[in-house]
Parts: sequence; structure tokens; C-alpha cells
Amino acid sequence: MASLKTLALLEEERPGFSGGHSLCAGCGIPPIVRTVLGSIRGPKVAISATGCLEVATTRYPFTAWGVPWIHVAFENAAAVAGGVEAAYRALSRRGKIQGEPVTFVVFAGDGGTYDIGLQALSGALERGHRLLYVCYNNEAYMNTGIQRSGATPYAANTTTSPVGSLGKGKAERRKDMTAIVVAHHIPYAAQAAASHWQDLSRKVERAVQVDGPSFLNVLATCPPGWGHEAKDSVKLARIAVETHYWPLFEVVEGHYRITHRPAHQRPLEEWLNLQRRFSHLHGERGADLVCRLQEELDEGWVQLLQRDAADAEWFRALEEAGA
Amino acid sequence: MAKVELALQVLTGAEATAHAMRQIRPDVVPVYPITPQTPIIQTFSRFVADGKTDTVLVQVESEHSAMSAAVGSALAGARTMTATASQGLALMVEVVYIAAGLRAPVVIAVGNRALSGPINIHGDHSDGMLARDSGAVQIYALDAQEAYDLTVMAPRVAEHARVLLPVMVGQDGFNVTHSAEPVALLPDEEVQAFVGPYEIPYALLDGNAPSSHGVFAMPDSYFELRHQMISAVEAAERVYGEVAEDYRRLFGRWLPALDAYRMEDAERALILIGSAAGTAKEVVDDLRAAGEKVGLVAVRLYRPFPHQALREVLAGVKRVAVLDRAASPGTYPPLFSDALGAVQGTQVELRSYVYGLGGRDLPLRAVHRAFRELLAPAHARIGYLGLVGEDDDGES
Repeated sequence: MASLKTLALLEEERPGFSGGHSLCAGCGIPPIVRTVLGSIRGPKVAISATGCLEVATTRYPFTAWGVPWIHVAFENAAAVAGGVEAAYRALSRRGKIQGEPVTFVVFAGDGGTYDIGLQALSGALERGHRLLYVCYNNEAYMNTGIQRSGATPYAANTTTSPVGSLGKGKAERRKDMTAIVVAHHIPYAAQAAASHWQDLSRKVERAVQVDGPSFLNVLATCPPGWGHEAKDSVKLARIAVETHYWPLFEVVEGHYRITHRPAHQRPLEEWLNLQRRFSHLHGERGADLVCRLQEELDEGWVQLLQRDAADAEWFRALEEAGA
Repeated sequence: MAKVELALQVLTGAEATAHAMRQIRPDVVPVYPITPQTPIIQTFSRFVADGKTDTVLVQVESEHSAMSAAVGSALAGARTMTATASQGLALMVEVVYIAAGLRAPVVIAVGNRALSGPINIHGDHSDGMLARDSGAVQIYALDAQEAYDLTVMAPRVAEHARVLLPVMVGQDGFNVTHSAEPVALLPDEEVQAFVGPYEIPYALLDGNAPSSHGVFAMPDSYFELRHQMISAVEAAERVYGEVAEDYRRLFGRWLPALDAYRMEDAERALILIGSAAGTAKEVVDDLRAAGEKVGLVAVRLYRPFPHQALREVLAGVKRVAVLDRAASPGTYPPLFSDALGAVQGTQVELRSYVYGLGGRDLPLRAVHRAFRELLAPAHARIGYLGLVGEDDDGES
């Protein structure tokens, strides 16, 4: 894990991602990008999908990126990254570039990952490019004005799943993107949240060490999209973890391990009540919807506990072999 | 004239293109199979498997990803080529536009084929025309030899400092991609020397100076950035001429932007793109033998369009039939519109014909019909050559 001191020093000396960009106050994305870049030693190249991060950090003629950065389109970040990584392999093989190994990191939102970018991501994972794909998951198309995506949770109010006289927010469950990624048999995948930055930093370090693709699904708070106070950004991410809404775990070679077990499961209402996208769930009138959401979370947590227990022996053996 | 001894081999256009790629030895080739381009990547994959080139092949899951990976690779600092056709080009066209805008000099071999629907795997130019306004340079081969030559020339055009644009090298699906003919290959080392090293400004993997590619441009800058790209496309005409001249000087083969055939004193002429030039030349020869003053112009360099060169070659010609192997439903087809732009202000009369959609043959009698109809004053109706019921008049 990169220490707070290391991260802070990096920020001062040669930031991979500097301030002055136009992401919202309280946006969950910058702490994720900083922690990810700060946790990777050596040279790195960032590849972005179209989205909040890209638009707000590269308004011509300015750039917030202190590392080489490329964006091509919305649905193809993984394919572009695969091309950059292939170029690196080709040029290294032919002796045209030397020096420290370069790490390739993709930053894409949930729309660019769960939906329109899923095919390109699947292809890149299957081909085994050595790159880290980070999904900053704010659970809707925020850049275009809060439309529902495959990552939007059940019942959430968005501009295309609005609450109305009939509408009760999004009618469908969110996809289990991390499981889809795991099904590609890649060496490392994990879920993380910026509230638990040490956990995130450690996962980045593990991810970039594997010989192949790695994937991080990181919950990113969004004040305008979720309807929460900017000051509650980190707190809200923590509540997501502690309500089991967003469990923190990692999947190493297909083996699951919970990386943070909340001491007490906080009530789901604490998560819902801080966000206007769930305001129709607040109080008695939303009881049924809350109940269904709670069932979904409980089911996921139980499944995760079972997987963790089943794989505990595998991790013990791995650690013993390592020690 | 040729300085080097050339070895003749019987190759299809697709195989000849794969040989050109092997000799160019690109760093990266991201590619996805589609008829009639498939034999290009199959042949090239075989070269890689046999160790004939150490190119990194990236077998992507779609043409969209092929072009996306190609842009990433080219801007990273690696010479990059890909190949596609038809629906594949349609799928990648979003990224072809972006490649031009980001100035990624990717060479794209295209086995030109009809677009769906209905689905059809045979040749026409609808796919290329879909990318017509992308900013990619487009060159079309008349035969397998030219598919080879133009592929060897393409990186020099794409990567030229004044250009830095994707270059599409088109060859007619099946008529060229799958038709075997004697092709003279250059020695590997001559091709290597001709293309030279890959050098672009601001390569992503240049560790000394981090650069941002594909940034967000607002109305205060987008127009100027696009205008730079437009100017680069225009500059590609001269660069193409220089590269073609170099190719002639070194290897004795001359592939100018326009292939003018028996145009010296022609009063009537055809303009077209691609392999139909073979059929048209035969008809020109027949009519010339009968004392008619006819000629043919085959357009190799389609984007940028060589307006001035066409104007010059048509000086003195009374009437011209423009044969498009693509349509633009509701208006005149693409090549006609381009030719019209070239002759504006002159006395040359143009007639528009569409032929060969979805692999329909262009029969000799249809070419005769076009020349015959040029004897009468031109009119505005678009003619359809080879369409059942249109020119089936029993003459040939």
C-alpha cells in the first residue's frame, strides 16, 4: 500500500493528475484517479473513455494529466488501451523503447464499462492485455445529465427512469459487472471505494503486478447525480460499504476474498436517506421498494460470505507459499 | 527503367496486399475477419506464424475495436496497419473519423464490398464512400499489382509530416481480392528502405514529454483543429504525387492520382474507380479501332480528390460519363459530384451512371451504351448500367 506520505509527496512533485479541472465539488472521481496513479510505481499511461473525467480534465488547450493520456471514444477505451499496450510490446520487442516497465491504466465510467464499452472490455480481457481497467462507477450517465445505466441500482430516480405517477425509479436491478469480468478468468479483479483508500491502494498494487488484465470496480459518489451534499462524498462511500450496498472484495485467479468486513451492518436507510435519487423511498411510502433492495443486498452478501469461506484455504496456501 | 529485378508471382489482390504488409513489417496489426478482406489477414497471420514478420497481431473482437486499437497503437508510436471491408468498415467508421481528427497515420487495406441490406458479400464502393468525408486519404487499386504497390506506398503518405492521416487502400472485393494474376513483388529490403522508420510527433510512449491526445474541444477551438485536419487532407495530394514519383523513380512503376487511358484527343470519356477500368479499357480500344475518339480516366486517389488534375485531363473533352459503383440515394452519386466540382466553369458535360452494385458485372455492352449515349447532349437523369431492364438492348 502506498503510504499517505508517498501519495502526498507525489502530488507535490510530479502529479499524474493535477487540480484546476472542472469536475464538481465533492465528485468521487478525482480521489480515485489520484489514489490509483499514486499507487503505481514507474511510468504509466492513462487511457480514458468519454465521460465526466475526460470532458472535465482536458478542455483544450489545457490538460490535468501529468502522465501520457489518450481518449478516443466512449465505447472503446479497452480496445484503445489494448492497442497502446500492443504498441509497447511491439516496440519493446524490437528494442525501440527501453527503460522501466510502463503500466497502462484505463479510466472509464459505468456507462463506458457496463453498457456501451462492455464488448471492447470483454475482448481486451479475453486477449489478456497487461493493463489495469478502473471503472469509476457513479451508477448512471452523469456526464449527459443523469440517465439510467446498467449500473444504476433498482428504484433509483434518474432522468430516464423518473419517479412519476406510475414510475418508481429504475425498474431493473443493476448488473453484476465484477462477476462478468471474473467470468473472463483474468488474474485479478476487485471492488473498491475511495472511502477506504488504503484498501484501494493495496488493490491497485496487486492489480498491476499480475501478468495480464486486471479490473477495479470503484464506487464513485456524485453530488448532482445522486443528490447528496458535496461534504458527504466520502461519508456516503463509507456507508455504501458498511450497509453491504458496495462490499469490498477481491478475486485472485478466480478466488474470492472479502477485504473489509464492516463491524456492524448499518441500516440501508442511512445510505438511502442522504440521497435525493432515493427520496421516494424515504419514510413509510417506500417500504416495499426498500425491502426489495435490502433482499438484493442480503443475497449478494451471503453469496460473498460463502465464496470467501470456500476460498479461504486457497488464500492461506497462497500466503504460506509467498512467505 | 526499373533498378531492381522483380520476381513475378501469381497472387490474388488479397495475397499481394498481405505480402506488402509482411515487407513493410508494421509493429502492430489489430484486425478482425470479414469477407472479402479475410484472405489478407489469413495470409498475414500465416506470415506471422511462420516467423516471416515479428509484427504483434491483435485479434480483436470487432472492427470497431480494430480501429480503436489501431489509433491507440499508432499514436503510441508504433507503425500500425489493419484491414477490413463492408459492414466492418461501417462499424469502424466512427473511429476512422476520430483517427483523422487525432492525426493517427493508420494504413487500412479495404476489400471494397457492398453494404447491407440485403446482405451481400460482393464488390462495390458503398463502404468506401461511407468513409468518404472522414478525413482518411482514399486510394483505389485497379488490379492486384496496384493493390500491392499502393499498400507499399501508403505508409509514406500516411506518416508524412504534412499529412499524418489514416490512409485507406481500396481494392474491389472478389474482382481484385480473390482474382489471381501475375504480381511483381519488390525485394523485402527495398520495401523496408522505401517506407523508412516510423516517426510521429508527440508519441504517447515518448517518456520524455507526456502528451494528451483526444482532448475536449469547445466551439472556441474545434473549428480550427478540424481545419488543420482538412488542410492536411488537401496536402496529401501533393505528398501522394511525391511518393508516386519516388516509386516510379526507384521501381519503374508509375501510379499517378489519375490513370488517363487514351485521353490524348478524346472527345468522349468515362471516369470510374477500380477494377472496372479493365473492362472499360477494352471498350475504349474497340471504339478507338473503329475511329472513335474516346478515352478513360480511372481515379486512384479519391480523397483528396485531384480536381485540378482531372480538369486538365478533361480539357478538350466534350462529354463525360461518370460511372459510380455506389449510390447516394436521392441525389447524384459521389464520384459524379466530385467530377462536377472539378469541371465547374468549363464546357465539359457530365452524365451520371451507377453500375455494379453488390457485385453485378459491368458488361461490355453497358460500357458501349454509356459511350453511345454520350453522342447525344447530356441530361440530368442518372443511368443504371447493368440493371435488369435498363441497358439490355441486345447491342454490345
